[in-house]
Amino acid sequence: MNIIMAALFLGLLGLLSGILLSFASKKFEVKVDPKIEEVMQYIPSANCGGCGYPGCAALAEAIVNNGVSISLCVAISKRNADAINKIMGVEKNANDNDPLARKAALIRCQGLNTDEYKNFEYAGVKDCQAAVLLQNGPWKCPHRCLGLGSCVNACPFDALKMGPNNLPVVDEAKCVACGKCVDACPKQIIELVPQIKTVHVLCVSKDTGKDTIKMCKIGCIGCGICKKNCPADAIVIENNLAKINYEKCIDCGKCVEVCPRKSIIKESHLDI
Amino acid sequence: MTGSLIGIFLTAIFIENFVLNQILGLCPFIGVSSRTESAVGMGISVTFVMVMAGVATWGVQNLVLVPYSLEYLQTVSFILIIAALVQFVEMVIKKLAPALYKALGVFLPLITTNCAVLGVALINVRRNYGLLESSFHALGGGLGFMLALVIMSGIRERLAISEVPVAMRGAPIAFITAGLLATAFMGLSGLI
Repeated sequence: MNIIMAALFLGLLGLLSGILLSFASKKFEVKVDPKIEEVMQYIPSANCGGCGYPGCAALAEAIVNNGVSISLCVAISKRNADAINKIMGVEKNANDNDPLARKAALIRCQGLNTDEYKNFEYAGVKDCQAAVLLQNGPWKCPHRCLGLGSCVNACPFDALKMGPNNLPVVDEAKCVACGKCVDACPKQIIELVPQIKTVHVLCVSKDTGKDTIKMCKIGCIGCGICKKNCPADAIVIENNLAKINYEKCIDCGKCVEVCPRKSIIKESHLDI
Repeated sequence: MTGSLIGIFLTAIFIENFVLNQILGLCPFIGVSSRTESAVGMGISVTFVMVMAGVATWGVQNLVLVPYSLEYLQTVSFILIIAALVQFVEMVIKKLAPALYKALGVFLPLITTNCAVLGVALINVRRNYGLLESSFHALGGGLGFMLALVIMSGIRERLAISEVPVAMRGAPIAFITAGLLATAFMGLSGLI
């Protein structure tokens, strides 16, 4: 008798929940647009977040449902972007023809490696965020690259490596300008700049020239000599720091020659 | 009445913490605790399911199992109910609250077989809790689970950038951390 009751009860319970679930799956069915799956096939799936959506699946959904352009994706190859545009019936990307649109990360510090400019030896956790917590890092210059590789760890595309001098080096072929390293750097040294430009100010110090000289041999002091010599009028001095306007810059390299501090550099191009 | 409810609630969070004191639900505790973000998501999902399961199993226990003297089927029927319930809840929130589904969705199927959820149901029965007591016990249990998970994830995020001896990397150091955390939680036993 007991065994029959038990079997009956469990059988009924199973049956009931089965019926409930199958009923619910019909009633609460959510239709997924098959286009989302198709678009997903061509999206890089690195989930870097460079587009501003929380991951590739969210971008695919936004492309299909809200008509967002695939050009938001910084990591996608041209062929895959075209494939997605074909699925969505869109003609062309907005920024296809803009050479300045293709960007890469730039480490704006030359990381002068002499103990003379150090306050103390840092022997803590190998992480820039952690090092900043300790008196803003071991270097006298508050803007100097800490060289502990938080940006390297943050890069989802394997485009950053620690190079000589304990400075990160960007592999521009791999860099898709997603901006993860920009967020990871506690010193805000990294910036996304157009890949085709080769002349850059490699310093972010906004301190006065007097202070900068004390802390670094090659930091920008905002003297303005580059600005005076620029034939294209592309350099401005803001807060004691030279800044290149990449839309005007003609990549001539005149400023590199005249800079008394060697803060401006023409890439030769970074050899990795 | 209210006093005892608060007592049950606080006891479930701090003194009889499901993870750190009763050693239940260790699988998600180790598996989902490497990032705080996902730990919070998992914690909320577990709390949600625990309360639902606490209420549902109380109903089955007192309306079916006891009247027909089938108490020995507790465990198996509770598992069935919890599994079906989780599936059902997943469907409903997928339809009705897509935003909630995005936050909890990936964790829900993981909870189906979480022994902490079953633990709540079985302890409710063992202690003869009423409906209200059961739900408070479940809510406290879920929040306690979330607390343990969030603390653990915070420590593990810090551990990820530390120089851990090679032999200790990964799971070993996580288990040692969990053990120390459990020991620390024993200090809360005098709270009530």
